[in-house]
Amino acid sequence: MALTTPVRTDRPAHGVVLQDVRRTFATAAGTRPVLRGVDLELHAGEIVALVGPSGCGKSTLLRQVSGLDTPDGGRVLLDGTPVAGIDRRTAVAFQEPRLLPWRTLAANVALGLPRGTPKDAGRARVAELLRLVGLGESADLRPRQVSGGMAQRASLARALARNPGVLLLDEPFGALDALTRLRMQDLLLDVHAAEPATVLLVTHDVEEALYLADRVLLLRSLAGGAEDLGSVARVIDVPGRRPRDRADHRLAELRAELLEGLGVATHHVRPGDPDAHHSI
Amino acid sequence: MTDHVAGTGTGPVTDRAGRPLRALNPFDAMRGADAAPAGAAAPGRARGGFWSRRVVRVVGGALLPLLLLAVWHAVTAGGLVPPYQLPAPASVWDAALDLLARGQLQTHVAISVQRVLIGFVTGAAVGLVLGSLVGLSRAADVLLAPLLGAVRAVPSLAWVPLLILWLKIGEESKVTLIAIGAFFPVYTTVAAALRHVDPHLVEAGRAFGLRGVRLLQTVQLPAVLPSVLSGLRLALAQAWLFLVAAELIASSMGLGFLLNDSQNSGRVDRILLAIVLLALLGKLSDSLVALGERALLRRYA
Repeated sequence: MALTTPVRTDRPAHGVVLQDVRRTFATAAGTRPVLRGVDLELHAGEIVALVGPSGCGKSTLLRQVSGLDTPDGGRVLLDGTPVAGIDRRTAVAFQEPRLLPWRTLAANVALGLPRGTPKDAGRARVAELLRLVGLGESADLRPRQVSGGMAQRASLARALARNPGVLLLDEPFGALDALTRLRMQDLLLDVHAAEPATVLLVTHDVEEALYLADRVLLLRSLAGGAEDLGSVARVIDVPGRRPRDRADHRLAELRAELLEGLGVATHHVRPGDPDAHHSI
Repeated sequence: MTDHVAGTGTGPVTDRAGRPLRALNPFDAMRGADAAPAGAAAPGRARGGFWSRRVVRVVGGALLPLLLLAVWHAVTAGGLVPPYQLPAPASVWDAALDLLARGQLQTHVAISVQRVLIGFVTGAAVGLVLGSLVGLSRAADVLLAPLLGAVRAVPSLAWVPLLILWLKIGEESKVTLIAIGAFFPVYTTVAAALRHVDPHLVEAGRAFGLRGVRLLQTVQLPAVLPSVLSGLRLALAQAWLFLVAAELIASSMGLGFLLNDSQNSGRVDRILLAIVLLALLGKLSDSLVALGERALLRRYA
Protein backbone atom coordinates (compact mmCIF):
# COMPACT_ATOMS: atom_id res chain seq x y z
CA MET A 1 0.00 0.00 0.00
CA ALA A 2 1.35 3.36 -0.95
CA LEU A 3 1.59 6.08 1.61
CA THR A 4 -0.51 9.14 0.99
CA THR A 5 2.07 11.27 2.75
CA PRO A 6 5.39 10.06 4.08
CA VAL A 7 5.50 9.27 7.78
CA ARG A 8 7.75 11.58 9.71
CA THR A 9 11.21 11.61 8.32
CA ASP A 10 12.60 14.43 10.46
CA ARG A 11 13.10 12.12 13.40
CA PRO A 12 15.60 9.35 12.91
CA ALA A 13 15.61 6.40 15.26
CA HIS A 14 18.65 6.53 17.52
CA GLY A 15 21.13 3.82 18.31
CA VAL A 16 21.80 3.30 22.02
CA VAL A 17 25.08 2.19 23.53
CA LEU A 18 25.56 1.25 27.17
CA GLN A 19 29.16 0.84 28.36
CA ASP A 20 29.87 -0.98 31.61
CA VAL A 21 26.84 0.60 33.28
CA ARG A 22 26.64 0.11 37.03
CA ARG A 23 23.97 1.20 39.49
CA THR A 24 23.88 0.59 43.23
CA PHE A 25 21.11 1.54 45.62
CA ALA A 26 21.72 2.53 49.22
CA THR A 27 19.38 0.68 51.55
CA ALA A 28 19.04 0.47 55.31
CA ALA A 29 20.97 -2.81 55.20
CA GLY A 30 23.84 -1.28 53.21
CA THR A 31 24.37 -0.96 49.50
CA ARG A 32 22.61 -3.23 47.05
CA PRO A 33 23.99 -3.65 43.54
CA VAL A 34 21.19 -3.56 40.96
CA LEU A 35 23.05 -3.28 37.68
CA ARG A 36 26.61 -4.30 36.97
CA GLY A 37 28.74 -4.49 33.85
CA VAL A 38 25.95 -3.78 31.40
CA ASP A 39 27.46 -3.55 27.91
CA LEU A 40 24.82 -3.24 25.29
CA GLU A 41 24.16 -1.90 21.85
CA LEU A 42 20.69 -1.24 20.49
CA HIS A 43 20.57 -0.65 16.76
CA ALA A 44 18.51 2.21 15.45
CA GLY A 45 14.93 1.13 14.86
CA GLU A 46 15.14 -2.27 16.52
CA ILE A 47 12.85 -3.54 19.25
CA VAL A 48 14.64 -5.02 22.25
CA ALA A 49 12.81 -6.65 25.14
CA LEU A 50 14.20 -6.83 28.67
CA VAL A 51 13.10 -9.77 30.77
CA GLY A 52 14.30 -11.02 34.11
CA PRO A 53 13.16 -11.90 37.62
CA SER A 54 11.54 -9.13 39.61
CA GLY A 55 14.06 -6.83 41.24
CA CYS A 56 16.76 -7.60 38.68
CA GLY A 57 16.98 -4.00 37.52
CA LYS A 58 14.94 -4.05 34.29
CA SER A 59 13.20 -0.79 35.06
CA THR A 60 16.40 0.68 36.49
CA LEU A 61 18.19 -0.07 33.22
CA LEU A 62 15.39 1.66 31.32
CA ARG A 63 15.63 4.67 33.63
CA GLN A 64 19.35 5.01 32.88
CA VAL A 65 18.53 5.43 29.20
CA SER A 66 15.68 7.89 29.83
CA GLY A 67 17.80 10.04 32.12
CA LEU A 68 15.30 9.68 34.98
CA ASP A 69 18.17 8.05 36.85
CA THR A 70 21.94 8.29 36.49
CA PRO A 71 24.35 5.35 36.55
CA ASP A 72 27.04 5.19 39.26
CA GLY A 73 29.52 4.04 36.66
CA GLY A 74 29.77 3.57 32.94
CA ARG A 75 28.17 5.53 30.13
CA VAL A 76 24.93 5.69 28.20
CA LEU A 77 25.20 7.10 24.69
CA LEU A 78 22.48 8.00 22.21
CA ASP A 79 23.93 8.14 18.72
CA GLY A 80 27.32 8.67 20.28
CA THR A 81 26.42 11.55 22.62
CA PRO A 82 25.98 10.87 26.32
CA VAL A 83 22.60 11.06 28.06
CA ALA A 84 22.64 13.86 30.61
CA GLY A 85 19.48 14.53 32.56
CA ILE A 86 16.06 14.02 31.02
CA ASP A 87 16.91 13.48 27.37
CA ARG A 88 14.54 14.94 24.82
CA ARG A 89 15.49 12.26 22.32
CA THR A 90 13.81 9.63 24.47
CA ALA A 91 10.23 9.19 25.68
CA VAL A 92 8.83 6.89 28.33
CA ALA A 93 5.52 5.10 28.76
CA PHE A 94 5.05 3.60 32.20
CA GLN A 95 3.22 0.56 33.48
CA GLU A 96 0.46 2.86 34.75
CA PRO A 97 -0.88 5.39 32.23
CA ARG A 98 0.07 8.29 34.57
CA LEU A 99 -2.27 10.68 32.78
CA LEU A 100 -3.14 13.99 34.44
CA PRO A 101 -6.72 13.37 35.62
CA TRP A 102 -7.81 16.98 35.11
CA ARG A 103 -6.81 17.06 31.45
CA THR A 104 -8.57 15.53 28.46
CA LEU A 105 -6.81 12.74 26.61
CA ALA A 106 -5.85 15.23 23.88
CA ALA A 107 -4.37 17.66 26.42
CA ASN A 108 -2.49 14.80 28.05
CA VAL A 109 -1.00 13.74 24.72
CA ALA A 110 -0.09 17.39 24.05
CA LEU A 111 2.07 17.27 27.20
CA GLY A 112 4.46 15.09 25.22
CA LEU A 113 4.93 17.60 22.39
CA PRO A 114 8.42 19.05 22.20
CA ARG A 115 8.64 22.51 23.72
CA GLY A 116 8.08 25.33 21.31
CA THR A 117 5.82 23.35 18.99
CA PRO A 118 3.54 25.87 17.23
CA LYS A 119 -0.05 25.62 18.45
CA ASP A 120 -1.65 24.55 15.20
CA ALA A 121 1.05 22.04 14.36
CA GLY A 122 0.76 20.64 17.88
CA ARG A 123 -2.99 20.25 17.63
CA ALA A 124 -2.70 18.48 14.29
CA ARG A 125 0.00 16.18 15.60
CA VAL A 126 -2.05 15.26 18.69
CA ALA A 127 -5.07 14.47 16.53
CA GLU A 128 -2.91 12.36 14.24
CA LEU A 129 -1.45 10.39 17.16
CA LEU A 130 -4.84 9.87 18.78
CA ARG A 131 -6.09 8.43 15.50
CA LEU A 132 -3.01 6.25 15.26
CA VAL A 133 -3.76 4.64 18.63
CA GLY A 134 -7.48 4.43 17.86
CA LEU A 135 -8.61 7.21 20.19
CA GLY A 136 -9.65 9.69 17.51
CA GLU A 137 -13.14 10.00 18.92
CA SER A 138 -12.12 10.03 22.57
CA ALA A 139 -9.93 13.13 22.43
CA ASP A 140 -12.15 15.16 24.76
CA LEU A 141 -12.69 12.49 27.41
CA ARG A 142 -10.99 12.62 30.80
CA PRO A 143 -8.79 9.69 31.90
CA ARG A 144 -11.35 8.53 34.47
CA GLN A 145 -13.94 8.23 31.73
CA VAL A 146 -12.00 5.66 29.70
CA SER A 147 -10.92 2.05 30.17
CA GLY A 148 -7.43 1.00 31.27
CA GLY A 149 -6.53 -0.01 27.74
CA MET A 150 -7.59 3.35 26.34
CA ALA A 151 -5.65 5.22 29.00
CA GLN A 152 -2.58 3.13 28.21
CA ARG A 153 -2.94 3.95 24.52
CA ALA A 154 -3.16 7.64 25.37
CA SER A 155 0.03 7.22 27.40
CA LEU A 156 1.71 5.65 24.36
CA ALA A 157 0.50 8.52 22.16
CA ARG A 158 1.91 11.03 24.67
CA ALA A 159 5.30 9.33 24.43
CA LEU A 160 5.12 9.37 20.63
CA ALA A 161 4.24 13.07 20.66
CA ARG A 162 7.81 13.72 21.70
CA ASN A 163 9.02 12.35 18.36
CA PRO A 164 11.41 10.16 20.30
CA GLY A 165 14.36 8.50 18.63
CA VAL A 166 14.21 5.97 21.46
CA LEU A 167 10.89 4.81 22.89
CA LEU A 168 11.19 3.36 26.39
CA LEU A 169 8.31 1.18 27.53
CA ASP A 170 8.25 0.04 31.16
CA GLU A 171 5.88 -2.93 31.32
CA PRO A 172 3.36 -0.89 29.37
CA PHE A 173 0.79 -3.67 29.09
CA GLY A 174 1.48 -5.35 32.43
CA ALA A 175 -1.62 -4.08 34.17
CA LEU A 176 -4.03 -4.91 31.34
CA ASP A 177 -6.21 -7.99 30.99
CA ALA A 178 -4.88 -10.78 28.75
CA LEU A 179 -7.02 -10.03 25.71
CA THR A 180 -6.42 -6.28 25.80
CA ARG A 181 -2.71 -6.98 26.14
CA LEU A 182 -2.67 -9.03 22.92
CA ARG A 183 -4.43 -6.20 21.07
CA MET A 184 -2.02 -3.65 22.48
CA GLN A 185 0.94 -5.71 21.28
CA ASP A 186 -0.38 -5.59 17.73
CA LEU A 187 -1.07 -1.90 18.12
CA LEU A 188 2.53 -1.36 19.22
CA LEU A 189 3.76 -3.12 16.09
CA ASP A 190 1.51 -0.91 13.95
CA VAL A 191 2.79 2.16 15.73
CA HIS A 192 6.38 1.04 15.32
CA ALA A 193 5.80 0.61 11.62
CA ALA A 194 4.30 4.10 11.36
CA GLU A 195 6.78 5.82 13.70
CA PRO A 196 9.92 3.71 13.61
CA ALA A 197 11.82 4.52 16.79
CA THR A 198 14.24 2.29 18.61
CA VAL A 199 12.16 0.53 21.25
CA LEU A 200 13.37 -0.75 24.60
CA LEU A 201 10.60 -2.71 26.25
CA VAL A 202 10.61 -4.00 29.81
CA THR A 203 8.23 -6.91 30.27
CA HIS A 204 7.63 -9.82 32.61
CA ASP A 205 5.82 -11.67 29.85
CA VAL A 206 8.18 -13.95 27.92
CA GLU A 207 5.65 -14.53 25.14
CA GLU A 208 5.22 -10.80 24.71
CA ALA A 209 8.98 -10.38 24.47
CA LEU A 210 9.26 -13.07 21.80
CA TYR A 211 6.29 -11.78 19.84
CA LEU A 212 7.45 -8.18 19.70
CA ALA A 213 11.21 -8.04 19.90
CA ASP A 214 14.11 -8.47 17.51
CA ARG A 215 16.25 -9.41 20.47
CA VAL A 216 15.47 -10.43 24.02
CA LEU A 217 17.80 -9.60 26.88
CA LEU A 218 17.62 -11.81 29.94
CA LEU A 219 18.83 -10.03 33.06
CA ARG A 220 19.91 -11.85 36.21
CA SER A 221 19.26 -10.72 39.73
CA LEU A 222 22.42 -9.52 41.49
CA ALA A 223 20.93 -10.23 44.91
CA GLY A 224 22.72 -13.04 46.70
CA GLY A 225 26.32 -13.30 45.61
CA ALA A 226 27.54 -13.82 42.03
CA GLU A 227 30.08 -11.05 42.57
CA ASP A 228 31.83 -11.44 39.25
CA LEU A 229 28.79 -11.79 37.00
CA GLY A 230 27.30 -8.93 35.01
CA SER A 231 23.60 -8.13 34.88
CA VAL A 232 23.01 -9.38 31.34
CA ALA A 233 22.65 -13.15 31.51
CA ARG A 234 21.74 -13.84 27.90
CA VAL A 235 20.99 -12.10 24.64
CA ILE A 236 18.65 -13.98 22.34
CA ASP A 237 18.06 -13.18 18.69
CA VAL A 238 14.43 -13.88 17.91
CA PRO A 239 14.03 -15.61 14.54
CA GLY A 240 11.47 -14.64 11.94
CA ARG A 241 9.96 -11.36 10.87
CA ARG A 242 7.14 -9.46 12.45
CA PRO A 243 4.24 -9.95 12.63
CA ARG A 244 5.14 -13.35 14.04
CA ASP A 245 2.99 -16.40 14.39
CA ARG A 246 2.33 -16.67 18.10
CA ALA A 247 2.30 -20.46 17.71
CA ASP A 248 5.68 -20.68 15.90
CA HIS A 249 7.49 -23.75 17.30
CA ARG A 250 10.85 -21.96 17.24
CA LEU A 251 9.37 -19.40 19.59
CA ALA A 252 8.12 -22.20 21.82
CA GLU A 253 11.71 -23.45 22.14
CA LEU A 254 13.00 -20.00 23.01
CA ARG A 255 10.14 -19.51 25.41
CA ALA A 256 11.12 -22.67 27.27
CA GLU A 257 14.75 -21.51 27.37
CA LEU A 258 13.84 -18.09 28.67
CA LEU A 259 11.50 -19.46 31.32
CA GLU A 260 14.23 -21.82 32.47
CA GLY A 261 16.56 -18.84 32.63
CA LEU A 262 13.98 -17.19 34.84
CA GLY A 263 13.90 -20.23 37.09
CA VAL A 264 10.47 -21.44 36.04
CA ALA A 265 9.86 -25.14 35.42
CA THR A 266 8.47 -25.44 31.89
CA HIS A 267 7.76 -29.18 31.55
CA HIS A 268 8.76 -28.66 27.95
CA VAL A 269 9.42 -31.74 25.85
CA ARG A 270 11.91 -31.06 23.07
CA PRO A 271 11.36 -32.83 19.78
CA GLY A 272 13.86 -35.70 19.42
CA ASP A 273 14.48 -35.68 23.12
CA PRO A 274 15.00 -39.32 24.32
CA ASP A 275 12.57 -38.60 27.13
CA ALA A 276 9.83 -37.76 24.67
CA HIS A 277 8.33 -41.20 25.03
CA HIS A 278 4.80 -39.95 25.47
CA SER A 279 4.48 -38.96 21.86
CA ILE A 280 2.49 -41.38 19.79
CA MET B 1 10.49 1.43 6.35
CA THR B 2 7.41 -0.71 6.38
CA ASP B 3 4.26 0.82 5.14
CA HIS B 4 1.30 -1.06 6.46
CA VAL B 5 0.20 1.74 8.70
CA ALA B 6 -0.06 5.17 7.27
CA GLY B 7 -0.44 7.90 9.83
CA THR B 8 -1.02 11.08 7.93
CA GLY B 9 -2.03 14.51 8.95
CA THR B 10 -5.00 14.59 6.62
CA GLY B 11 -6.33 11.24 5.56
CA PRO B 12 -7.66 8.49 7.80
CA VAL B 13 -5.19 6.09 9.38
CA THR B 14 -5.48 2.77 7.63
CA ASP B 15 -4.12 -0.72 8.14
CA ARG B 16 -2.55 -3.15 5.69
CA ALA B 17 -5.84 -3.76 3.90
CA GLY B 18 -6.70 -0.12 3.73
CA ARG B 19 -9.39 -0.34 6.42
CA PRO B 20 -9.44 2.43 8.97
CA LEU B 21 -7.04 1.54 11.77
CA ARG B 22 -9.87 1.75 14.26
CA ALA B 23 -11.10 -1.56 12.96
CA LEU B 24 -7.81 -3.06 14.14
CA ASN B 25 -8.46 -1.81 17.59
CA PRO B 26 -11.83 -3.01 18.72
CA PHE B 27 -11.45 -1.01 21.97
CA ASP B 28 -13.62 1.67 20.52
CA ALA B 29 -16.52 -0.70 20.40
CA MET B 30 -16.03 -1.35 24.10
CA ARG B 31 -16.12 2.30 25.00
CA GLY B 32 -19.85 2.53 25.46
CA ALA B 33 -19.74 -0.40 27.83
CA ASP B 34 -16.85 0.36 30.14
CA ALA B 35 -16.35 4.08 29.97
CA ALA B 36 -18.13 6.12 32.59
CA PRO B 37 -20.79 8.33 31.06
CA ALA B 38 -19.55 11.88 30.64
CA GLY B 39 -21.26 14.39 32.86
CA ALA B 40 -22.03 12.05 35.74
CA ALA B 41 -19.26 13.71 37.66
CA ALA B 42 -20.41 13.23 41.21
CA PRO B 43 -22.18 9.92 41.60
CA GLY B 44 -24.18 9.57 44.79
CA ARG B 45 -24.71 13.30 45.07
CA ALA B 46 -26.24 14.47 41.84
CA ARG B 47 -29.26 12.87 40.14
CA GLY B 48 -32.71 12.84 41.73
CA GLY B 49 -33.15 12.60 45.46
CA PHE B 50 -35.43 15.00 47.28
CA TRP B 51 -32.65 16.59 49.34
CA SER B 52 -30.43 17.36 46.36
CA ARG B 53 -32.92 19.53 44.49
CA ARG B 54 -31.92 23.15 44.24
CA VAL B 55 -35.23 24.52 45.54
CA VAL B 56 -35.15 22.15 48.49
CA ARG B 57 -31.57 23.15 49.26
CA VAL B 58 -32.35 26.88 49.27
CA VAL B 59 -35.64 26.64 51.17
CA GLY B 60 -34.27 23.98 53.54
CA GLY B 61 -31.26 26.09 54.37
CA ALA B 62 -33.43 29.10 55.16
CA LEU B 63 -35.84 27.09 57.29
CA LEU B 64 -33.96 27.07 60.61
CA PRO B 65 -32.82 30.73 60.46
CA LEU B 66 -36.44 31.78 59.82
CA LEU B 67 -37.65 29.57 62.67
CA LEU B 68 -35.04 31.13 64.93
CA LEU B 69 -36.23 34.59 63.92
CA ALA B 70 -39.83 33.61 64.72
CA VAL B 71 -38.86 32.25 68.14
CA TRP B 72 -36.83 35.42 68.80
CA HIS B 73 -39.84 37.54 67.89
CA ALA B 74 -42.17 35.39 70.04
CA VAL B 75 -40.09 35.51 73.23
CA THR B 76 -39.54 39.28 73.00
CA ALA B 77 -43.14 40.11 72.04
CA GLY B 78 -44.48 37.88 74.80
CA GLY B 79 -42.36 39.70 77.40
CA LEU B 80 -40.49 36.50 78.31
CA VAL B 81 -37.15 38.32 78.11
CA PRO B 82 -36.68 42.00 79.01
CA PRO B 83 -35.67 44.23 76.04
CA TYR B 84 -32.43 45.37 77.74
CA GLN B 85 -31.23 41.76 77.48
CA LEU B 86 -32.76 40.77 74.15
CA PRO B 87 -34.43 43.45 72.04
CA ALA B 88 -37.03 42.43 69.47
CA PRO B 89 -35.98 41.71 65.87
CA ALA B 90 -37.94 44.77 64.83
CA SER B 91 -35.88 47.07 67.04
CA VAL B 92 -32.67 45.60 65.63
CA TRP B 93 -34.08 46.38 62.18
CA ASP B 94 -34.86 49.92 63.35
CA ALA B 95 -31.33 50.28 64.67
CA ALA B 96 -30.06 49.27 61.25
CA LEU B 97 -32.27 51.83 59.50
CA ASP B 98 -31.20 54.49 61.99
CA LEU B 99 -27.49 53.81 61.44
CA LEU B 100 -28.06 53.71 57.69
CA ALA B 101 -29.74 57.10 57.79
CA ARG B 102 -26.77 58.50 59.66
CA GLY B 103 -24.48 56.97 57.05
CA GLN B 104 -22.56 55.01 59.70
CA LEU B 105 -23.64 51.46 58.85
CA GLN B 106 -22.27 51.70 55.32
CA THR B 107 -18.93 52.92 56.65
CA HIS B 108 -18.66 50.15 59.24
CA VAL B 109 -19.49 47.42 56.72
CA ALA B 110 -17.30 48.88 53.98
CA ILE B 111 -14.21 49.28 56.13
CA SER B 112 -14.60 45.80 57.63
CA VAL B 113 -15.03 44.19 54.21
CA GLN B 114 -12.01 46.12 52.92
CA ARG B 115 -9.83 44.96 55.82
CA VAL B 116 -10.92 41.35 55.41
CA LEU B 117 -10.28 41.42 51.67
CA ILE B 118 -6.83 42.99 51.85
CA GLY B 119 -5.79 40.82 54.80
CA PHE B 120 -7.17 37.65 53.25
CA VAL B 121 -5.55 38.19 49.86
CA THR B 122 -2.18 39.10 51.38
CA GLY B 123 -2.15 36.25 53.90
CA ALA B 124 -3.39 33.68 51.39
CA ALA B 125 -0.81 34.75 48.79
CA VAL B 126 2.07 34.49 51.26
CA GLY B 127 0.61 31.19 52.49
CA LEU B 128 0.52 29.85 48.95
CA VAL B 129 4.14 30.79 48.31
CA LEU B 130 5.56 29.53 51.62
CA GLY B 131 3.33 26.45 51.55
CA SER B 132 4.59 25.57 48.07
CA LEU B 133 8.18 26.10 49.19
CA VAL B 134 7.86 23.92 52.29
CA GLY B 135 5.81 21.29 50.46
CA LEU B 136 8.25 20.98 47.56
CA SER B 137 11.68 21.57 49.03
CA ARG B 138 13.12 19.40 51.73
CA ALA B 139 15.52 22.19 52.71
CA ALA B 140 12.68 24.69 53.16
CA ASP B 141 10.79 22.07 55.14
CA VAL B 142 13.74 21.59 57.50
CA LEU B 143 14.47 25.30 57.88
CA LEU B 144 11.01 26.89 57.85
CA ALA B 145 8.44 24.38 59.08
CA PRO B 146 9.43 24.34 62.78
CA LEU B 147 9.50 28.15 63.03
CA LEU B 148 6.17 28.55 61.30
CA GLY B 149 4.69 25.80 63.45
CA ALA B 150 5.72 27.73 66.56
CA VAL B 151 4.41 31.05 65.22
CA ARG B 152 1.14 29.30 64.44
CA ALA B 153 0.81 28.27 68.09
CA VAL B 154 0.68 31.91 69.23
CA PRO B 155 -2.95 32.91 69.92
CA SER B 156 -4.20 35.70 67.68
CA LEU B 157 -4.80 38.21 70.46
CA ALA B 158 -1.19 37.89 71.64
CA TRP B 159 -0.05 39.69 68.50
CA VAL B 160 -2.19 42.76 69.13
CA PRO B 161 0.05 44.67 71.56
CA LEU B 162 3.12 44.12 69.40
CA LEU B 163 1.36 45.05 66.19
CA ILE B 164 0.05 48.24 67.75
CA LEU B 165 3.49 49.07 69.09
CA TRP B 166 5.18 48.50 65.74
CA LEU B 167 2.53 49.53 63.23
CA LYS B 168 0.53 51.99 65.35
CA ILE B 169 -3.25 52.01 65.54
CA GLY B 170 -3.78 52.30 61.82
CA GLU B 171 -4.95 50.10 59.02
CA GLU B 172 -1.61 48.29 58.79
CA SER B 173 -1.81 46.69 62.21
CA LYS B 174 -5.35 45.39 61.62
CA VAL B 175 -4.71 44.14 58.10
CA THR B 176 -1.51 42.45 59.28
CA LEU B 177 -3.37 40.62 62.03
CA ILE B 178 -6.01 39.44 59.55
CA ALA B 179 -3.28 38.38 57.12
CA ILE B 180 -1.67 36.31 59.89
CA GLY B 181 -5.04 34.65 60.44
CA ALA B 182 -5.55 33.93 56.74
CA PHE B 183 -1.97 32.77 56.20
CA PHE B 184 -1.93 29.59 58.28
CA PRO B 185 -4.84 27.59 56.84
CA VAL B 186 -3.48 28.13 53.32
CA TYR B 187 0.13 27.46 54.29
CA THR B 188 -0.72 24.26 56.17
CA THR B 189 -3.03 22.73 53.58
CA VAL B 190 -0.82 23.59 50.60
CA ALA B 191 2.36 22.27 52.21
CA ALA B 192 0.71 19.04 53.35
CA ALA B 193 -1.05 18.46 50.02
CA LEU B 194 2.09 19.05 47.95
CA ARG B 195 3.96 16.46 49.97
CA HIS B 196 1.35 13.90 49.01
CA VAL B 197 1.05 14.54 45.28
CA ASP B 198 1.22 11.19 43.46
CA PRO B 199 4.97 10.77 42.83
CA HIS B 200 4.13 8.81 39.70
CA LEU B 201 2.48 11.85 38.15
CA VAL B 202 5.40 14.06 39.12
CA GLU B 203 7.86 11.62 37.60
CA ALA B 204 5.79 11.46 34.42
CA GLY B 205 5.90 15.27 34.27
CA ARG B 206 9.68 15.18 34.72
CA ALA B 207 10.02 12.49 32.07
CA PHE B 208 8.37 14.88 29.62
CA GLY B 209 10.83 17.62 30.38
CA LEU B 210 8.88 19.65 32.97
CA ARG B 211 10.91 21.23 35.75
CA GLY B 212 10.60 23.88 38.44
CA VAL B 213 7.80 26.38 38.02
CA ARG B 214 6.46 24.66 34.89
CA LEU B 215 6.23 21.33 36.73
CA LEU B 216 4.48 23.12 39.61
CA GLN B 217 2.00 24.78 37.25
CA THR B 218 1.30 21.73 35.14
CA VAL B 219 1.26 18.87 37.63
CA GLN B 220 1.57 19.81 41.26
CA LEU B 221 -0.73 22.81 41.68
CA PRO B 222 -3.65 21.30 39.73
CA ALA B 223 -3.20 18.10 41.77
CA VAL B 224 -3.50 20.00 45.06
CA LEU B 225 -6.20 22.39 43.84
CA PRO B 226 -9.00 20.86 45.94
CA SER B 227 -6.86 21.20 49.08
CA VAL B 228 -5.84 24.74 48.18
CA LEU B 229 -9.48 25.72 47.73
CA SER B 230 -10.61 24.28 51.05
CA GLY B 231 -7.60 26.01 52.62
CA LEU B 232 -8.75 29.29 51.10
CA ARG B 233 -12.24 28.87 52.53
CA LEU B 234 -10.83 28.16 55.97
CA ALA B 235 -8.59 31.21 55.59
CA LEU B 236 -11.54 33.42 54.76
CA ALA B 237 -13.38 32.29 57.89
CA GLN B 238 -10.21 32.95 59.92
CA ALA B 239 -9.94 36.40 58.35
CA TRP B 240 -13.38 37.36 59.71
CA LEU B 241 -12.44 35.98 63.13
CA PHE B 242 -9.25 38.02 63.23
CA LEU B 243 -11.05 41.10 61.92
CA VAL B 244 -13.24 41.26 64.99
CA ALA B 245 -10.25 40.62 67.23
CA ALA B 246 -8.43 43.53 65.60
CA GLU B 247 -11.38 45.91 65.64
CA LEU B 248 -12.48 45.12 69.15
CA ILE B 249 -9.23 46.34 70.55
CA ALA B 250 -8.28 49.43 68.66
CA SER B 251 -10.42 51.02 66.01
CA SER B 252 -12.84 53.85 65.36
CA MET B 253 -14.72 52.16 62.52
CA GLY B 254 -15.89 48.71 61.50
CA LEU B 255 -18.20 46.04 62.82
CA GLY B 256 -15.87 45.14 65.67
CA PHE B 257 -15.84 48.79 66.72
CA LEU B 258 -19.66 48.83 66.48
CA LEU B 259 -19.75 45.86 68.85
CA ASN B 260 -17.39 47.44 71.34
CA ASP B 261 -18.96 50.87 71.15
CA SER B 262 -22.48 49.47 71.58
CA GLN B 263 -21.38 47.48 74.61
CA ASN B 264 -20.08 50.64 76.22
CA SER B 265 -23.25 52.57 75.45
CA GLY B 266 -25.57 49.67 76.34
CA ARG B 267 -27.11 49.40 72.86
CA VAL B 268 -27.96 45.69 72.77
CA ASP B 269 -29.89 46.19 69.52
CA ARG B 270 -26.72 47.38 67.80
CA ILE B 271 -24.71 44.49 69.27
CA LEU B 272 -27.20 42.09 67.77
CA LEU B 273 -27.12 44.00 64.51
CA ALA B 274 -23.32 43.68 64.32
CA ILE B 275 -23.51 39.96 65.05
CA VAL B 276 -26.16 39.37 62.41
CA LEU B 277 -24.15 41.39 59.88
CA LEU B 278 -20.99 39.38 60.63
CA ALA B 279 -22.95 36.17 60.14
CA LEU B 280 -24.42 37.36 56.84
CA LEU B 281 -21.16 38.76 55.46
CA GLY B 282 -19.21 35.67 56.49
CA LYS B 283 -21.73 33.34 54.88
CA LEU B 284 -21.97 35.48 51.76
CA SER B 285 -18.22 35.63 51.22
CA ASP B 286 -17.90 31.90 51.86
CA SER B 287 -20.64 31.21 49.31
CA LEU B 288 -18.84 33.35 46.74
CA VAL B 289 -15.60 31.41 47.25
CA ALA B 290 -17.60 28.16 47.12
CA LEU B 291 -19.00 29.20 43.74
CA GLY B 292 -15.52 29.81 42.41
CA GLU B 293 -14.40 26.53 43.94
CA ARG B 294 -17.14 24.61 42.14
CA ALA B 295 -16.29 26.22 38.81
CA LEU B 296 -12.57 25.43 39.20
CA LEU B 297 -13.14 21.87 40.36
CA ARG B 298 -15.44 21.20 37.44
CA ARG B 299 -12.59 22.24 35.21
CA TYR B 300 -9.71 20.56 36.97
CA ALA B 301 -10.96 17.55 38.90
